Amino acid sequence: MSKIFYAKSHEWVEFLDDTTARVGISDYAQSELGDLVFVSLPEEGDEVAVGESFADVESVKAVSNVYSPVSGTVKAVNENLLDQPELVNSDAMDAWFIEVENISDKADLLTEEEYKKLIEE
Amino acid sequence: MGTYVPNTKDEQLRMLKEIGLDSMDQLFEAIPKEVKLGSPLDIPKGMSEMEVSSKMKKIAGKNKVYETIFRGCGAYRHYIPAIVKQVTSKEEFMTAYTPYQAEISQGILQSIFEYQTMICELTGMQVSNASVYDGASAAAEAVIMSKERKRKKALVSASVNPMIIETITTYISGTDMELELIPVKDGLTDLESLKNKLDDNTSCVLIQQPNYYGLLEDGDAIGSILADTDIKYIMSCNPISLGVLKTPAEYGADIAVGEGQPLGLGLSFGGPYLGFMATTEKLMRRLPGRIVGETKDSQGRRAYVLTLQAREQHIRREKASSNICSNQALCAMTAAVYLAAMGREGIRQAATLSMSKAHYLAERLCEIDGYDLVYEGEFFNEFVTTVNADVDVVLKALSKHGILGGYPLEGSDRRQLLWCATELNTKEEIDSMIQILNGVSG
Repeated sequence: MSKIFYAKSHEWVEFLDDTTARVGISDYAQSELGDLVFVSLPEEGDEVAVGESFADVESVKAVSNVYSPVSGTVKAVNENLLDQPELVNSDAMDAWFIEVENISDKADLLTEEEYKKLIEE
Repeated sequence: MGTYVPNTKDEQLRMLKEIGLDSMDQLFEAIPKEVKLGSPLDIPKGMSEMEVSSKMKKIAGKNKVYETIFRGCGAYRHYIPAIVKQVTSKEEFMTAYTPYQAEISQGILQSIFEYQTMICELTGMQVSNASVYDGASAAAEAVIMSKERKRKKALVSASVNPMIIETITTYISGTDMELELIPVKDGLTDLESLKNKLDDNTSCVLIQQPNYYGLLEDGDAIGSILADTDIKYIMSCNPISLGVLKTPAEYGADIAVGEGQPLGLGLSFGGPYLGFMATTEKLMRRLPGRIVGETKDSQGRRAYVLTLQAREQHIRREKASSNICSNQALCAMTAAVYLAAMGREGIRQAATLSMSKAHYLAERLCEIDGYDLVYEGEFFNEFVTTVNADVDVVLKALSKHGILGGYPLEGSDRRQLLWCATELNTKEEIDSMIQILNGVSG
């Protein structure tokens, strides 16, 4: 059963099984960033680590890091985002950035309710 | 009429009075007396315009300015149409800098956009930036553009101008990239060697067209070798030569760079010069420096802006691929005016004449005993010959007649000169130099 958690840095992670998950950025994050014009993704086989930047998103005015909520190996990247970065704005929860396997560690993750509370503050 | 007008003493006093002050000194009262200078600066008394003019003329008189030049080696003397200086010395252009406020800089932004467009037309590429400092740093920036997470080794042909190689080395010394030279065979990039050096760590291959020795590289062969790889093909080219040669795009290059000095900028003892950089749409986001874009304002009118600024270091900070946040505005403008004045036909003529005169020069030089072409390959407007005396003897003999002869190549046992001819060298000049050289021995 898949479950979605959030990192304090506004990324979401959806576990497909115990050691595989997809990562994206939250709806709150995309609305704060504004229209995205470019997404820079890692490559399959790259290692990602908890709390470290694995990608960046570019809006008209700024470039922001996207931090990994898990440690593991990149199994797949969502190439759609390379041509259509605006997919992140239109449906952030559907626009996954990477799929990670061999997950060995995860950050302190929040549940959906806890995250909602966090952004309300 | 001047658009820059300084304020008068009267206006200054009125402004001071407006904020309740009587003198300029009062503006600085917050600075403690102990750190204020309190006495005049220890510099000589000022001189009159007449005296300054005389003094500067004397200093300038120490320069040896040659009537006739047969030397290139990275900077070339081409004819500059009078209109170029006319347009660029307009106050609005001469004093303008890289525009930070698009709304009030439409004129200069448009001129940079035109420059970028012309560079794309010259090189066949799809995007150009607003220029960088010179051809050498343009080459270095292009090498850095090619870096990938796992590809950090730049292969640079040893037939590239050594000053460019040196600049690339300097630029990458702060990064985790490394530079490896591709050896030269018969004056050209050794293709077999190149093939053997390619691996999964290679980020790019950079060649110069025409190369340091004036020879035309087999750009097509290199294009084919790199075609199905992820290795970037960088071509450093002579913009005038593009009047007759294939464009970097036609060779399959990913990035075209070069020294824009031949485009209306005088020799100026080495600068200021102009680095142009152009690339494919795919690599657009890696291009460093300023890029001017065309858009529409809220009323649908065409407008110009600095675009893709999120690449730049003032936004991307340490993640930016370059720290350049400027361009060679006036030099780029000069190049644009030159290109517009010359037009396609003019550039083609300048290139054809340069090439023809160089070939005539080579033919006549080789008639002299002891003068032979060192390399067999086809050349554009530069070539290397042996000479029949120590290079200093030859160059001194020419210098006496106000002629700057070919460049003495390093490591050639003082017996090789790199010659150059442009449209400015007349047949008479060439014939007359041959006569002088015939009289040189030793």
